[in-house]
Amino acid sequence: MSLLSVKDLSISFGGVKAVDGVSFDVQPGEVFTIVGPNGAGKSTIFNLISRFYQPTGGAIHFDGKDITNMSPDNIAPLGIARTFQNIELFEHSTVLHNLLVGRHSQRKTHWIEDMLFLPSARRAEVEHRERAEEVIDFLDLQPYREKMIAGLPYGLRKVVEIARALASGPKLMLLDEPASGLSVEETQDVAFWIEDMKKDMGLTVLMVEHDMSLVSQVSDRVLAIADGRPLAMGTSAEVQSHPDVIAAYLGVEEDAA
Amino acid sequence: MRIHFKTDYLQDIRLFEDRREMIQYILLILAALSAPFWLDEYLLGEITYVLIYVLAGIGLMVLAGHTGQPSLGHAAFLACGAYMQVILLEAGVPFLISLPLAGLFSGVVGAIVAIPALKMSGIYLAIATLAFGIMVEDVIILLEHWTGGVEGVLTPAITIGGFEIDRWTTPDYFYWLCLIVVILVTVAYKNLLRSPTGRAFTAIRDSEVSARAMGVNVARYKMIAFGVSCFFTGLAGALLAHFLQAFNYEAFLILISIQLLLMVTVGGLGSIHGAYYGAIVIGLLPVVITILREEVSELMGLGNFTIPGLETGIFALILVIFIIVEPLGIYGRWTKIRIWLELFPMARKDMFRRQKSYLKTERMK
Repeated sequence: MSLLSVKDLSISFGGVKAVDGVSFDVQPGEVFTIVGPNGAGKSTIFNLISRFYQPTGGAIHFDGKDITNMSPDNIAPLGIARTFQNIELFEHSTVLHNLLVGRHSQRKTHWIEDMLFLPSARRAEVEHRERAEEVIDFLDLQPYREKMIAGLPYGLRKVVEIARALASGPKLMLLDEPASGLSVEETQDVAFWIEDMKKDMGLTVLMVEHDMSLVSQVSDRVLAIADGRPLAMGTSAEVQSHPDVIAAYLGVEEDAA
Repeated sequence: MRIHFKTDYLQDIRLFEDRREMIQYILLILAALSAPFWLDEYLLGEITYVLIYVLAGIGLMVLAGHTGQPSLGHAAFLACGAYMQVILLEAGVPFLISLPLAGLFSGVVGAIVAIPALKMSGIYLAIATLAFGIMVEDVIILLEHWTGGVEGVLTPAITIGGFEIDRWTTPDYFYWLCLIVVILVTVAYKNLLRSPTGRAFTAIRDSEVSARAMGVNVARYKMIAFGVSCFFTGLAGALLAHFLQAFNYEAFLILISIQLLLMVTVGGLGSIHGAYYGAIVIGLLPVVITILREEVSELMGLGNFTIPGLETGIFALILVIFIIVEPLGIYGRWTKIRIWLELFPMARKDMFRRQKSYLKTERMK
């Protein structure tokens, strides 16, 4: 059974159909990538899955559950974690603090327990701290644990975003352009991490990415979309050589038609 | 600079960073506890007043400083606490029960006010809470049966187990009572901040979108923030009722709300210390002005003179200076001075320059 299944998903803003009848299934343990030119609706699909937008048509199922009408804060507890294309970290906090906020969906204590800091709250806090430390070890963030986000360079912020999403212990990771703005070396790191997430942690990854070398390196399957409509699906090589995809990216020669 | 070599996760969770800090705070608490023995009655009264303001400031700090929801109507919650305390005491409820109940009443009112306020943020929320503050002024006058209307009410004396505490006859005990409440509330606040609830508050302040993506139910946590904030402020109101002994709606005018907001801004938004520093400055400034005025008039032989609006003018000036020179308030400035001293002479000039970031997306807001 597929982990995430999207059927006939559509949304329109006014008269613009940003996403128009997109369907795909993400199998457990695979890396699934969505590619497409700017404005194709890739990030919109992410925002639909994480429930920031309400679709005008279609359905989203996760782990056998219909999540089409769920509120956004109920998505993380199900095991879906996401990163943002334009980095949405908590600027005035430390890296560690950001990761601990990532653990929010796993909280077990009531706020009154927190206010009195009962032994149960202390135990829960230590456990959150341990999980956060595992993620810090995995992504080599040890030197930056106590650093403020506001002072970190762009590349590191991207990594902290991935770390914060991982800290929640998700089943499905939604990575929105994890390599945008990164150097070649940093992109390589991201590629290794995605492979480790898949192989060692058994995570399923749904990714939006422009960097085709990263896409072909890590993806099991690729879906190409343009103008909100699906173009082609298959392995990275298949999609890249698909005539419709080439046409969408480069345009069609007039006299060829 | 002190560097902590951490070997245990509990080290991140402790109330105090290290032994040195713990000793500092214990000494501070001992000094505060012994204050009635080495301060005269007038100053002790002023410090009691500052403590009550600290409590109200902590209340507003939860909301404005940590959750990022500015409130311009917090005097209304002071009023809720104060009037509830008088009503409960007159109904014969013992003080130790009526104090938390008065706070709780204010907290519940705060949580209810939060429901329509959830949809607003920034300046709109400030205006809505301002409107609420003005409304409460009128409601107090209308509910004459309970609040005494324009005439106001007299606060019954505090009795704990047959033992009477009064602001005038036993100022020492009243001071200790306020101090204990302030310490308990500070610990509760610190507990919130080191647990998921406090982190959810700051997450909402910094980025509502990603707080939501992390599974924070923004509406619920804003309501909790309003409730906790108004609970603390309500406690302050109840103590204020005993401090004033006789009061009417004029004790909770909109100017008090503005003073509270000014207090947390000058003290330093987003830190517990800030509530203390702000209250000390705002609470003791009138005392300093009075003393200075007496000195000046004696020196220059002017006799007893008054300058109307002097206090308000100085408050406004302080606020303007802080917003321009040090938006992080006294606490922020003190942190910089301390780091500079610890690093001396290695501190660099531009160490605290804020890095501009243009990455934030406004798309989904």
